Amino acid sequence: MNEISTIEKTVLSEYKYGFVSDIEADEAPKGLNEDTVRFISAKKNEPQWMLEWRLKAYRHWSRLAGEEPKWPNVKYPPINYQDIIYYSAPKQKVDLNSLDEMDPELRRTFEKLGISLNEQKRLTGVAVDAVIDSVSIGTTFKVQLAELGVIFCSMSEAIQEHPELVKQYLGTVVPITDNYFASLNSAVFSDGSFCYIPKGVRCPMELSTYFRINAENTGQFERTLIVAEEGSYVSYLEGCTAPMRDENQLHAAVVELVALDRAEIKYSTVQNWYPGDKEGKGGIYNFVTKRGICRGESSKISWTQVETGSAITWKYPSVILKGDNSVGEFYSVAVTNNHQQADTGTKMMHLGKNTKSRIVSKGISAGVSNNSYRGLVHVSKKANNARNFSQCDSLLLGDKCGAHTFPYIEVKNNSAIVEHEATTSKIGEDQIFYCNQRGIDTETAVALVVNGFAREVMNQLPMEFAIEAQKLLAISLEGSVG
Amino acid sequence: MLTIHNLHAGIEGKEILNGINLEIKPGEVHAIMGPNGSGKSTLASVLAGRKDFEVTEGSVEFFGKDLLGMPPEKRAGEGLFLAFQYPVEIPGLSTTNFIKTAVNEIRKYRGEEPMDALAFLKLMKEQMAMMDIDQSLLSRSLNEGFSGGEKKRNEIFQMAMLKPKLAILDETDSGLDIDAIRIVANGVNKLRSKDNAVLVVTHYQRLLDYIIPDFVHVLYNGRIVRSGSKKLALELEEKGYDFIKNEIDVSEEVNQ
Repeated sequence: MNEISTIEKTVLSEYKYGFVSDIEADEAPKGLNEDTVRFISAKKNEPQWMLEWRLKAYRHWSRLAGEEPKWPNVKYPPINYQDIIYYSAPKQKVDLNSLDEMDPELRRTFEKLGISLNEQKRLTGVAVDAVIDSVSIGTTFKVQLAELGVIFCSMSEAIQEHPELVKQYLGTVVPITDNYFASLNSAVFSDGSFCYIPKGVRCPMELSTYFRINAENTGQFERTLIVAEEGSYVSYLEGCTAPMRDENQLHAAVVELVALDRAEIKYSTVQNWYPGDKEGKGGIYNFVTKRGICRGESSKISWTQVETGSAITWKYPSVILKGDNSVGEFYSVAVTNNHQQADTGTKMMHLGKNTKSRIVSKGISAGVSNNSYRGLVHVSKKANNARNFSQCDSLLLGDKCGAHTFPYIEVKNNSAIVEHEATTSKIGEDQIFYCNQRGIDTETAVALVVNGFAREVMNQLPMEFAIEAQKLLAISLEGSVG
Repeated sequence: MLTIHNLHAGIEGKEILNGINLEIKPGEVHAIMGPNGSGKSTLASVLAGRKDFEVTEGSVEFFGKDLLGMPPEKRAGEGLFLAFQYPVEIPGLSTTNFIKTAVNEIRKYRGEEPMDALAFLKLMKEQMAMMDIDQSLLSRSLNEGFSGGEKKRNEIFQMAMLKPKLAILDETDSGLDIDAIRIVANGVNKLRSKDNAVLVVTHYQRLLDYIIPDFVHVLYNGRIVRSGSKKLALELEEKGYDFIKNEIDVSEEVNQ
């Protein structure tokens, strides 16, 4: 009920997650070659098949010889891949018996982020996996979830404990050759989350992962895999923050979702990586591949994202609608301010019959930023009665920012119905004045207008994260009107 | 409470208000009438603090404070309310949420604690009953898809919730049928007290059948050219604005 006063409290604060924690780290030497890949694999004590898989990815990546995707509507200087540390792990005891044994500095880091790893978190019904730099440092509620057969653990642990599942699904949605950054991730990914929901189980709590980059000059490459068996349901949330640093840091993650018959996966992201300062110095390059497959009939995958951070965002959470009657959804709010650039959207690949997809994208640009929506709706020959509805709205604050829409529609079946609506509006002086006349100052007025604009997407987020996300919108647009 | 002294204001170098003088005391209802383009809405906008207009001369005091030196949100905090001629739409923002924010921002300005959810709800219910407003209207996005009548009723409802000391009604009757005018006017009348005042800006006399003014002023070419009682409004209705125009234009010619 008091979301507005919270917005107002936070509206004046700078990027508040910009602190650096003094945590001893175990790092790989700078640079990337086959030895780096072997180093990471050995550090994680991985089986031979996993190493082979990584090496295959690495060899493919090196054959690409620096050919990053050129089509996104973003600009950045060339990345020196030999100047990045590919593995950094907080030094701490291995085999934690419980989270109580965690390094106190680590614990403090997560407390500062407002994430309690204590089991008290149970009351809020959220299980948390915390990933700092390259490794998962703890997962809560494992035991309770295990009673239902739900596996929720770090990817490293999954490779050790559930190799058959990992082998069966890893790389099936995003192959190692998918794109430049996906290949890179496949070679050097260090951790991430793994979820497995068994047949018929409705996961009783939100599963969530908090990603945090801490160490300097490191890249973060996490890998997430979620498998929902027949008739199961899971809601998953990821949150991301990073310290303020003058250098750009690379984050190249891969997320794969697999939904079998009648399964439903709801995946929400609140991305708040450090966006760089007002002059555009520093910030995270967020080059992420996220894709889900509705493999079974009547399955459903829903992506919701609130993107406020990162210097550059390049990401297209997609759904392959393979099963008949399956449903794909994409709800996105992307905010860019100052010098931020975002090229984000989705791909809906209709392969099965009677498949449906819905795209709601809300782009908000301020400062001298650039915000692009890029979306593909593909209806294959056999996808009878496919249905898509896309809505892309852009809101501009000021007159130095840009909003762009790149919709691609490929329809190979005549029975398809594909609708696309797009609007661009400017936040109106008259809207601000109307609020002012009712006693509301301009910052709060902007927050009201922006949150109103984004409401349809915000409504898709789990309640407590929705409030967090509203605050974020207000913070990211601080000082953009006035 | 409000003293306007020799107010000159314009937009993009063009002078619209040409030396307005006006005094409003608590408990009074003033009506400003005038033909199109006479500066009625400009006066309302300048008092509320719309940025488009530039004040070139004169002063406005509101309870002894310099009104023109305050940003619009402070003017609202001080108790000035403008019912807009064209209420603005904010998609996705519920009317309730908007009003709650306004109520609490004004309370904050006055150094009061924010109203808790329960007290706010109670106040809403009371005012809804009084203003004959439906709950469903308030849960919709602010003014989005509202009919003309709904928009104006919503303005008066906000006035009821914010309890201003001075309410300026800018052409609140425009675009309304006679039933809607009656509802809106009833709302305004219920809010009248000896402590607050109303400034009704209107083109037509008919609204003044329901909100009875103590004073009527005729605005022409950015100046108040006649002031009088309710009778003046009736006279205007009967003779049209031309008789005033002719009178003024002739006298100006003579003066030149």
